[in-house]
Amino acid sequence: MLDFSILTDYLDLYMQGFVNTIKISIIGLIASFILGNIIAVFRLAPVKLLNFIGAFYVEVVRNIPLILIGFFFYNGLSYFHINLSGFIAGTIALSIYTAAFIAEAVRAGIQSVDRGQLEAARSTGLTYIQAMRYIILPQAIKIVIPPIGNQFLNLVKNSSILGVFAGLDLMYYADIIHEKTWITFDTYIFVGMFYLVLTIPLSLLVNYLERRLARSE
Amino acid sequence: MRKMKKWFTVGLIFVLAAALMAGCGKSETTSGSSDDPIQQIKDKGKVVVGVKYDTYLFGYKDPKTGKVEGFDIDIAKAISKKIFGDKVKVELKEVTSKTRIPMLQNGDVDMVVATMTITPDRKKVVDFSDVYFDAGQSLLVKKGSKIHSVKDLKKGTKVLTVKGATSGDNVKKAAPDTQVLEFENYQEAFTALKSGKGDALTTDNSILYGMAAQDPDYQVVGGTFTNEPYGIAMKKGNTKLVKAVNKALKELKDSGEYDKIKNKWIKEQ
Repeated sequence: MLDFSILTDYLDLYMQGFVNTIKISIIGLIASFILGNIIAVFRLAPVKLLNFIGAFYVEVVRNIPLILIGFFFYNGLSYFHINLSGFIAGTIALSIYTAAFIAEAVRAGIQSVDRGQLEAARSTGLTYIQAMRYIILPQAIKIVIPPIGNQFLNLVKNSSILGVFAGLDLMYYADIIHEKTWITFDTYIFVGMFYLVLTIPLSLLVNYLERRLARSE
Repeated sequence: MRKMKKWFTVGLIFVLAAALMAGCGKSETTSGSSDDPIQQIKDKGKVVVGVKYDTYLFGYKDPKTGKVEGFDIDIAKAISKKIFGDKVKVELKEVTSKTRIPMLQNGDVDMVVATMTITPDRKKVVDFSDVYFDAGQSLLVKKGSKIHSVKDLKKGTKVLTVKGATSGDNVKKAAPDTQVLEFENYQEAFTALKSGKGDALTTDNSILYGMAAQDPDYQVVGGTFTNEPYGIAMKKGNTKLVKAVNKALKELKDSGEYDKIKNKWIKEQ
C-alpha cells in the first residue's frame, strides 16, 4: 500500500508547493474572471473595433497551448529585457489563457437570453447599460455559472504547468520530492490528493451556487 | 431505496480503487522473477540503453543529422559488444535525470549510461557498475559575471540546475543562502540562464564544458566543489549483469580503448 512516510517526511515541501498553488489559483481566478468579462463585453459591445479585438484575443489565446504562453512570459519576454520569475510569468499566462475561455462562457450566456428582452427593456426607456445590468445579466448568470466553474477547476489543475519553469508550485515540489524518494507512484498519488483537497471544495461550491440560483427563479 | 443504491455505488468505487492499488503493488513483486538477465537480452537480440539526448559531449541528439552521439553512447556500445557480442543490437532510448530511475525500475531500459553520479541514496534503489568517469560539480556563468566561485553565491543570488540530479542538494550544502531553481532538462536550464533567470548554472563540469563549447559567451569558473563518480545503473538485484559490465569496463580500460573514447569527446581543460 501507499508509503505514508513520504507524506510525513516531506510535508514541508508538499505544503510550500500547496500554498503556492493556492496563491496562483486565487490570483488566477480573480484576474481571469475580470479579464474574461472585459473580453466578453468587447465581443458583445455595439462597436465593431471592440468586437474584433475581443474575437482576436479569444481565437489566438485559446488556440495556443498553455505551456507555450507560459514560456513566452518566462523566456520570451527576456528578449525585450522584461525578466519575470516562473511564479509571476506562470500566473500571468494562466490568467490570460483561462480568460479566453471565461469570455466565451460569458458571451454564450448573455447571447442565450432572448434578444427581444433587450429590445423590450430599451423601449421602456432603460439605457443599454441599465438593460444589461437589470434585465439581461441576472438571467445570464445562471447559465454562465456552470461553465465558469469548469474553467476555474481547469485553472487550478493547469497551474501544474508552472512546475516546468520553476514556478514553485505543487508540481514543482512534487518533482523535487520524487528525486529524493524515487518512489514514483506514491509521491505523485499524494500530489493528486493535494489537488483534490483544492478542487473538490471548489467543485462543490460551484454545484451549490448552481442550485441556489436555480431556486431563485 | 435510491439512497441505498447511492451508497452501494460509493462502496463499489472504493472497492475498485482498493483493488487497483493492491494490483499495482503486486505486479512489482512478480516481475522480479528473471533467471539470467544476460541470456534474456541475448534472446531479445537487443539491449536497451537509456542515454541523455540533451547533454553535449555525453549524450546528444544532433538536430541536423538526427544521430545520437557522445561519450556515454560510445561506452555503452563498447560494453555491449564485450558482453553480448556483435549480434545484439544496442537500442538507445532517451532518459532525463528525472526519468532514468523509474524507467530502469519499470524495465523500459536494461541499463542507464547517462552522466549518472553514484550516490548512497541511489544505491538503495538501483545497482551501479564501477566508476566509468570522474566528474565534479562546477559553475557556468556569463563572461564578466561577478561570480567567480561557489563562495560568491551569497544571499540574493539564484542558481539554476536540473531536476533529478544531485546538483541541487550539493549547491545548497556549499552555498546555503543562495536560491536554487530546478528545470526539466539542461537545455531549459541553459535557456533560463541566458534569459537572466539566475546568476549561475550548476551541474557536473563535464556537462558545463559542453555548454560553454556551444555558446562562447559563457564560461566555467571556480573549479569543482564535489566529486561526481559516474556509474552505469542497472535494475536492483541484477548482480550478474553488474558483474559482466564491470568486467567489460575493466577490459576496455586495460586495452586502451577507454582512453581512445574519452579523448575523442572530452578535452581536459
